[in-house]
This record gives sequence, C-alpha cells and structure tokens, in this order.
Amino acid sequence: MSRFIVRRLLAMIAVMIAISLLTFLLFAAIPNGNPANRLAGHLATPEEIHLLDIKYGFNKPIYVQYVKTMENIFTGQAYSYSQGFNVLTEIKAGFPATLSLALGAGIIWLLTSIAVGTLAAVKAGKYTDRVLTVLAMTGVSMPPFFLGAVLIYYLAFKAGIFPTGGFVPFSQSPYQWFVHLVLPWFTLSVLFIGFYSRVLRSTILDTINEDYVRTARAKGLSERQVLFRHILRNSLIPIISLWGLDLAQVIGGGAILTETVYNLHGVGQLAAEAISALDIITLMAIVLLTAFFVVFLSAVVDIFYAFLDPRIRLS
Amino acid sequence: MSANAPLLEVSDLKVSFATEDGTVRAVDGVSFSIRPGEVVAIVGESGSGKSVTAMTLMGLTRGPNARFEGTAMFAGRDLVTAPESELQRIRGGDIAMVFQDPMSSLDPVYRIGNQIVEQIRAHDSHISKAAALDRAVDLMERVGVPHARERLRSYPHEFSGGMRQRVMIAMALSCSPKLLIADEPTTALDVTIQAQILEELRKLRAETGAAIILVTHDLGVVADIADRIVVMYSGRVVEQGTLEELFYDPQHPYTWGLLGSIMRVDSDRSQRLPAIPGSPPSLLRPPAGCHLRPRCPHAFEKCTEVPLLKAGLAAAPEHLDRCWLDREQKLKLRTVDGRIGLAAPSEVNA
Repeated sequence: MSRFIVRRLLAMIAVMIAISLLTFLLFAAIPNGNPANRLAGHLATPEEIHLLDIKYGFNKPIYVQYVKTMENIFTGQAYSYSQGFNVLTEIKAGFPATLSLALGAGIIWLLTSIAVGTLAAVKAGKYTDRVLTVLAMTGVSMPPFFLGAVLIYYLAFKAGIFPTGGFVPFSQSPYQWFVHLVLPWFTLSVLFIGFYSRVLRSTILDTINEDYVRTARAKGLSERQVLFRHILRNSLIPIISLWGLDLAQVIGGGAILTETVYNLHGVGQLAAEAISALDIITLMAIVLLTAFFVVFLSAVVDIFYAFLDPRIRLS
Repeated sequence: MSANAPLLEVSDLKVSFATEDGTVRAVDGVSFSIRPGEVVAIVGESGSGKSVTAMTLMGLTRGPNARFEGTAMFAGRDLVTAPESELQRIRGGDIAMVFQDPMSSLDPVYRIGNQIVEQIRAHDSHISKAAALDRAVDLMERVGVPHARERLRSYPHEFSGGMRQRVMIAMALSCSPKLLIADEPTTALDVTIQAQILEELRKLRAETGAAIILVTHDLGVVADIADRIVVMYSGRVVEQGTLEELFYDPQHPYTWGLLGSIMRVDSDRSQRLPAIPGSPPSLLRPPAGCHLRPRCPHAFEKCTEVPLLKAGLAAAPEHLDRCWLDREQKLKLRTVDGRIGLAAPSEVNA
C-alpha cells in the first residue's frame, strides 16, 4: 500500500509539471501573448510596457518565466494579469460553488445512469430499451449552453420555479443552496447520464453471457439476485473508473459551460474568464488544480477498484 | 416409487432457436431415461446438441428465441413446461449442474465460501450463515479440498483449475441433489486432474446415491464411469444402450466411427488415426433423412427417410439405434481391419 501511495505521488508531480509546462508553452506561442500589453492598458506607452516587462520578468527567458510563475502560484503570490486579484483567493472563493455542483451532479448522474443502463439492458431490444436509447442519444448531444438556456427561460424566467442563476453557500441557507443548484445539477448530469447508461448497458449485456452468471442461475437464485449480486456487481467496475475521472474534472473546474450559463462564480467560470482575457497565471493555477484532482481521484478509483475486483492488486 | 422407476424421463425433446439465418434445430428428438443412482453419459461431438439437452433440463436455454417440444418428466413435473419459479427451486436443489470451464464458472468477485453459502441459503431460507458455512466446510472436505475452512475465504482466482472444479462439485452437492448434470466436467482440465475429478464423481455416486448425467465428447471418460451411454449426432440420439452394448456391440455407423477413432496403446503408430470423414451438418439446414447420410459410407436409398430409434434385438430392448441397415449387414460392415470402425469411403466402393 505504501509503495502504491509513493508511486502515485511521484506520478502526480510528473503529471502536474508536464501539464503546467504545456499550458505555459501554449500561451507563449499565442500572438500578442505578452501579458505586459494587457496589464498596461490601451493607452500605454512603450516605456510603460517595458517597465512592466522588467517588473514581472516578461523579458526574461521563457524557462525563467515558467519557474517564476510556478513559484508565485505555490507561494500564493500569483496576481491576475488582467484583474489584479490574488489568484489563490479567487480560486478559494469559487471552490465551494464548483464542489457543490460536482458532488451533487456526480451523485445524480452516477445513480441515474446505473438505473437507466440496467433497465435498458434488462429490456434489451424491447420498446423501453429503444426509448431509453433515443433519450440517451439526445442527452449526449445536448450541450449545456443550450439545455441551460432553455431551462432558465422556461423554468426560471417564465415559470419562476427556480432562480435564474447564481450560487448561495450551504452555510448561508441550505434551502437556497439546493434551489440554486437544481438546474445546474440537472444540466450537467444529462450529458453524462446518456453516455454512462450506454456504457453500462453494453457491459451488462456482455456480463450476462459470462459462465458465472449461468452458474448463478443454475444455483437456483432468482433473476433479481442474479442481476444485482452477480451481473451488476461485475458490470459496475468500468463505470466507477469513468466516474472518478469525470468527477475530478468537474471538481477541478471542468464544467465551464454549466458554471457560466448559471453564473455560479465557480472555478470553471473563473477559467472561462481567464481564457478570454489571456490571463495565463490564473489559468495555470486552475489547470494545476484540475490535474491534482484527476491524479488524486484516479488513485482513489484504483483503490476502490481493488475492492470491487479482488483479482486486482495495488502493487 | 419402485427402484426401477426412472428418476428422469426425457421423451422426444426438441429445442430450436430462431436466429437471423433461420431456425437452428439444436436438439431434434432426444429420448432417454435415467434411474436413481445411475450414471448416464451423453456422448457426441461439438454441436451435437448434448449441452443444449443438458441445459434445457435445467431451464437454462429458455429465452425469447427458443422453442421447445417434448417432455422431461422429473418427480412428476415436466421440466420443459414448468414455470420459472418452480424451476428455480429445482435448480441447485434436486437437480444440480457442474459446468465445463471451472476457470470462468465461479464469480470472480466473491469468496468461494460466500458462493457456496449463497446456494445453500437460496434453498433453505432458515439456515443461519454460520451453519451454512459449516456445511460448506463439510462439502469442501468431501470433495477433497485441503484446509477447507481457510480456503473458503479465498477468491476463485486463488484456486487452480482442478480445485475450482472441486468447488463447483461441492456447490452442486450442497443441497443433496437427486440428479447431478455434469457438462464436460473434465474437458478443461489436464489429464491427471481429469482422473481425480472422475474419481470424485464416482465416490459421490457411491456415497449419495445421486444419479449423474455426464455430458462429454470423450469416450475414455465414459468407459471409466458410465452405466449407460446415449450417443448424439446432429441433434438426435443415434444409439443408446449399456456401456457393454455400446462398446462391444455398437449398431450405428456413427458409433463405429467414434470407437474406431480412439487412440490405442497397442495400435500401429505408422498408420494415421482413423477419423470420420467430412464434418457435421449445419443445424440450420440438416440433410433430409438420416443426418449422418452425407458422411456415411454405408448409406443407401432408404437413408433419405428419418430412421426410427428402435431396438435391434428383442433380447436387448433398451439397446436402441437409429439406422436403416439390418442387423446382419451391420455386424459385417462394422469390422474394419479386424476391429470396429467406420470404413473409409473408397474401401466400400472397391
């Protein structure tokens, strides 16, 4: 176990270095990418820009800039190139909204897709299965900015059932927290439910033909026992690993569209703003955060994997 | 019920499956019976319908595309038409099954003990988990698994193939079945383990008095353990009788071919091992009449009609075969090079 943890920690460091390096190089390659131009504003003179270059080190070699940027991020001294705010403070402020969105939606999409996928597999080829297939395809091809806009217009703006957007912390009012998140949870989940339920359906249909399922029937178990104890237990393994990685993405600010449509002021929305302002230091910090969660949760998934399937050993 | 009354009586069982290419007649008229404590072997090559027959008795071939005819009477119930709930009680209870591949027949994610206990409790809802575990230990010891109590905590992947098959047998025995169906129980195992598993089955019959249906393609296995043999070809029973009748007085050309293709220690190694020419017919479009006709060197006009399964000798009313040749012809034709075999087509023409 300890060897597993050490290996995963090393992998985490490697992934974070690689991904931050890629992001940094990408921004260096963008034309007019020099942050000094934007920091100085429209009316700046070349001298002013030059002063900013010296102050932030933008005229230094790129590897020096990279090291300096990383240093600033990890010491909490990173300030946005476009807005001037402290990046870490801003991420911390956005994190509760993002985490609330991710955990709620994650639970909804996991449980719903297990139910939908199982139902579709049990009814494979029948009318129910076909209807669910069409619904799943619709869900997969439903972009959040469209679904979100439709839901906001009809359920929030016209019917007034839900607020049109924004985030209320749980500590402030659990009820308001919930009401504000219902539509975002739904919008984000629809995307994943379609995909996950299809994956689960096909895994179940493969598992049904396994010899041990036949054995389970031959033992005299009921169809329900065969389904839940033997088929489903074995079919959930791939879904769980997908879920861990997708959830990590969303926690790390990956649900950019959903967060922006519902104006949640989360990490994802911060990322969207940073991209449009070419605010590289903010973006770097968010990318590192995402990478951290992806690597961390994939390790958690592996531990859970070993628990689900005793043939898998961690080290 | 008298000692001679059959435990299971299958009459004219037919199983067909609707596929995209048409109807597959996997089993096309199978009749046999088995008495308490008897070992009946169903022998045939792949695709002969022997496994489908065995699984149909357990209701494991049921599905939207499957059609059944005929009956399989077991303790006053017809297994072919019994409702699913009734079959559920019988499966793993009065009739238990051991499958071909022990490597994949156990659920990889549960401990062996839990898998045995699951079956015991499926048939006896009052038994406590501890009592069921004790019974599992007992069963495992009976089929020769050492350190049974500790081994119950192991997962299937921690067992060898032979040990897994012992677990499968222990599981099958857990509810004291009256009939054990073993579908190629030794095929996936290496030879030394095969002998051990057969020994286990033999012991088991002696100790519990359970009848055994042994499905196999291996006549060597059959000779070791079976009382009676049912030979299947292309969905039909072509011959059945006692072990002695089948080995020393075979009546059907297909049985001759099977016997002729057994490797013998004393045979001349310089010659090729005789094989039955051709391959089994498609079950989608089987030939009219006798299914062996296209491969049979002794076929004649009459063979385009389906022969009946009937006794050739009044003195042996249970030795049945499905061939149009008369007995004298058969006795003459079945001897090839001084032993029983199916002549090569050229030899017949000459």
